[in-house]
Amino acid sequence: MKQRRVPLFLKRRSYRKRRLRDAARMLPVFGLFLLLVPVLWRPAETVRADTAPDGIYLFVVWFGLILVAALMAPGLTEESGGDDPEEG
Amino acid sequence: MTSHVLLIEDEPNIAEAIRFLLSREGCRVSTLHDGIGAAEAVRTERPDLVILDLMLPGCSGLDVVEAIRAHPETGDTPVMMLTAKGQGRDREAAEKAGVTLFMTKPFSNAEMLASVRALVGK
Amino acid sequence: MPFNLLVLACLGYVAFLFAVAFLAERRAAMGRVGWLRSPLIYTLSLSIYCTAWTFYGAVGYAARSGLEFLTIYLGPTLVFVGWWLLLRKLVRIGRQQRVTSIADLISSRFGKSNLLGIVVTLLAVVAATPYIALQLQSVTLSFAVFASETPEGWALPDRDATAIWVAAGLALFTILFGTRNLDANEQHHGVVLAIAVEAVVKLLALLAVGVFVVWGLAGGPADVFARIEASELRDWPLEPGRWTGLIFVSAAAVICLPRMFQVMVVEGGDERHLARASWAFPAYLLLMSLFIVPIAVVGLERMPDGANPDMFVLTLPLAEGQGTLAMLAFLGGFSSATSMVIVESIALATMVSNHVVMPIWLKLRPKAALTGDVRRTVILSRRLAIVAVLSLGYLYYRMSGGSAALAAIGLIAFVGMAQVMPVLVGGLFWRGATKVGAVAGLVTGFVVWAYTLYLPSFGPDAALSAAVFAEGPGGIGWLRPQALFGVEGLDPLLHALVWSIALNTFAFCLFSVLTFPGPVERMQGAAFVNVFDAEAAGPKGWTRGWAEPEALLMMTQRILGEEAALALFAAEARAQGKDGFLPEPTPDFVAGLERRLAGSVGAATAHAMISQLVGRATVSVEDLMAVANETAQIMEYSAQLETQREELTRTAQQLREANEKLTQLSVQKDAFLSQISHELRTPMTSIRAFSEILTEGDLPPEMVANYGRIIHEEAIRLTRLLDDLLDLSVLENGSVQLNIGLANLQQLIDRALAAAGHTRPERSFLILRDLPAENLFVRTDADRLVQVFINLISNARKYCDAAAPELRIVVRQRAGRVSVDFIDNGSGIPKQSQRIIFEKFARLTDQTRAGGAGLGLAICREVMANLGGGIDYLPGQGGAAFRVTLPLRLEQKAA
Repeated sequence: MKQRRVPLFLKRRSYRKRRLRDAARMLPVFGLFLLLVPVLWRPAETVRADTAPDGIYLFVVWFGLILVAALMAPGLTEESGGDDPEEG
Repeated sequence: MTSHVLLIEDEPNIAEAIRFLLSREGCRVSTLHDGIGAAEAVRTERPDLVILDLMLPGCSGLDVVEAIRAHPETGDTPVMMLTAKGQGRDREAAEKAGVTLFMTKPFSNAEMLASVRALVGK
Repeated sequence: MPFNLLVLACLGYVAFLFAVAFLAERRAAMGRVGWLRSPLIYTLSLSIYCTAWTFYGAVGYAARSGLEFLTIYLGPTLVFVGWWLLLRKLVRIGRQQRVTSIADLISSRFGKSNLLGIVVTLLAVVAATPYIALQLQSVTLSFAVFASETPEGWALPDRDATAIWVAAGLALFTILFGTRNLDANEQHHGVVLAIAVEAVVKLLALLAVGVFVVWGLAGGPADVFARIEASELRDWPLEPGRWTGLIFVSAAAVICLPRMFQVMVVEGGDERHLARASWAFPAYLLLMSLFIVPIAVVGLERMPDGANPDMFVLTLPLAEGQGTLAMLAFLGGFSSATSMVIVESIALATMVSNHVVMPIWLKLRPKAALTGDVRRTVILSRRLAIVAVLSLGYLYYRMSGGSAALAAIGLIAFVGMAQVMPVLVGGLFWRGATKVGAVAGLVTGFVVWAYTLYLPSFGPDAALSAAVFAEGPGGIGWLRPQALFGVEGLDPLLHALVWSIALNTFAFCLFSVLTFPGPVERMQGAAFVNVFDAEAAGPKGWTRGWAEPEALLMMTQRILGEEAALALFAAEARAQGKDGFLPEPTPDFVAGLERRLAGSVGAATAHAMISQLVGRATVSVEDLMAVANETAQIMEYSAQLETQREELTRTAQQLREANEKLTQLSVQKDAFLSQISHELRTPMTSIRAFSEILTEGDLPPEMVANYGRIIHEEAIRLTRLLDDLLDLSVLENGSVQLNIGLANLQQLIDRALAAAGHTRPERSFLILRDLPAENLFVRTDADRLVQVFINLISNARKYCDAAAPELRIVVRQRAGRVSVDFIDNGSGIPKQSQRIIFEKFARLTDQTRAGGAGLGLAICREVMANLGGGIDYLPGQGGAAFRVTLPLRLEQKAA
């Protein structure tokens, strides 16, 4: 049948593709962490004027996430290569 | 003496020709257009001769012959089979089924009448 | 601005949307989908996430709670940049299983359970009602703003009347473009394109207001920064619980909201679309949010105290005398509201019709699947559901008084739909999730949400009495709706969110672990969780049942329509190497057919309908085990052995086929000669006998005349037979001389009908025709085509055994080909004979012999092959039915 043994070591190209997928899975986790950072400095309890700097921080993180996602997107849609069976 | 002939033929024009020829010879002819009630008719009418077409709508003429032969009362009724196919294979099959005489279409009237006379024992 | 102008602008805009939707539908109908399905349109259609709540409400939200409004857009951002984790799987499953709604997905995952479909549908309708009310309210409010701001001082007719007009208009648009067709996988190209256009309008409108505020009213970004520092918004109260909870809830909502699921999964996204949307959709959200805080700050500065911050986007330009900008903002808000309501009501109507109306209808009339017009029932039920959903929204708007802040209403709906999230994620990643668990989780979450958030949202003494709020039902303190289990001092929204999701997830997991799933459930579970392993495809389900293909075809026609059903069956028959329209009902085919039907009526209904025909014998646990064993054994074979064996088998097969073909040819030749002999000898017999009789003379004159006529008739029969044989041999050689020209199909049919009228002229036939459809020009050999038509019409006249015979002639034109169907209302041709009628000498019965030798249809087939077309028998039409197909323009073959 078509079932083949998955090789233990991959070619460079496939290796990169695997890591790209790992990165795609990690991105929302890092994103969540960065979005929760404001909780640490507790703007609620300070009297400092923090709306503007917080806003700029959040928009920068947001923009960064969009940028990284845009850079990864083309690599993720390529057809899977020879020795790299697709996995969920 | 008037002989009784049962004619089983699905082509109406051929049936008409045979009926005309035999009636002129003094035979009483009754006609069926398919093979479905044929064996039954032979049993009730007890004809002196059955003239049967090989290819009939509904069933094959061979089945009719076998049915006639299978019944003790009609087993020795002479059967003359007409066919437009006329291949050797068909003739063998007909003889095996118990046909008394095998005649290929088209036939000459004289030949057909001669065969009928021979079969009804005139 | 005069009221009339405002209404005119609205109507003009709506007319423009109608035109866009109409053109897109027409384009799609002609098969030119092209850019209608591009990643750009996909991303723009996702923007229905941004409703009037975003367009107007975000500024109000920011004015009240600072940056907290961002959570509503940050949650979806995380979901989309992390598309590889969840959305990819969701969209793949959606395509593979032809899912029609979120309720259908959940129902399909847990063994095509209709109970689950009903639960999710109910939840969705209840949660969506306030959300739709919110849209009506915002449109009404925006009208009111114009009324009060204008110096002309026109009075707004009546707010309730405005809301009713808006609701009715939306219902009309949705019904027109959302329920036009049932097939085509529940995709609505017109609606999607209109939504995309509205997405651009609302983005441009909000950006325009933002640019005006930042560079027109304030002095650029640095000045805005300074103003924020100086405003009352400079210190915003971040509450960690709400911050985290709202990010979670909005992330869940973007997946589970019926309208989001509709555009994301049902309308046909794929991985290419998702990859683009993964960054483009967050970018859209970012742009929508960019100017919210500046608008809020400048609005608070400039507008009088007590002005509703929810309307700043509109009131700020108006107050500054920017009429055009205000109009643009108004249209932006109008777009946001209308697009949401349209898609939401389509999604809800699909759920209601597939999971509530259809199952009841099928239960009441089990035979209806085969005989009734299922399509009409489905479409009618969807239309009624759209009206019902919008009426509910309007009622909620009237009951809630239309006063609550926009953000609060939106969040209630979000938390409601988030109840689907645990079951959805569990179902996609955990094979152990069971139906009982899913029902338990959903019902628990639904009840807790309704009790702690939804019902209290009507206010004290509306749905729940004030006493219940203060002391709990019947004085049970730990059951107080906003302090469940004695947890006090929590924000009510967060309180509801935490308890509903926690209890929901707990019940789901607990009951899943404790119960045992049925076979179909396990099969679907494996298919969903392992959707990316092509090899793990389990048993196909219908391994032990058998259905009459003709019955399957009839049922499919009722749902997909005649054309689509015939095309589907013909394609499958071709794939199986058979001619005609009836494939073998293999398990693969039946499973594929079920999925295709599920795309129209939902998995549970499709499963139930197929079960009626195939019988309940779907699949058992033993089947599942058997497949697992087989797979394990097969894997032991080495790949090399497998290839060699396959090659040998192929070669042997080829040899066998060649040999069979030669034998067949020889047998065919013998049979053909014998047939010809028979057909020639029969008339010859009569001719010979009667000519001998005539030669003898002495016959009465009338007999001479009669026998002469018989000879003449039989001679003609012989001639015709020889003509036919010659014709056939010329046609079969392909050496026929075609006389190609332009001809009107209607005239050809006229000619054929006139000529065929000589066959059994004593029978009066009712001919049903569609003259306008026939009126088209074809480039072909007209005489040859008429010959075929005459043959088919004469056959109908000869063999149609109905008491009041009818012949229906249906002409269709598609993709450069014309099909002409001849359908009579007799008893048709029995299935075993359908295959042989086009063979030479294949006369079925001789009851009505009209002198043919059984060559007519064989000649027809050859003629049509020469004309570049074909002729087929159409089964399942309620009588004998033949379809003649031919190219519109036949090109002369190069000599």
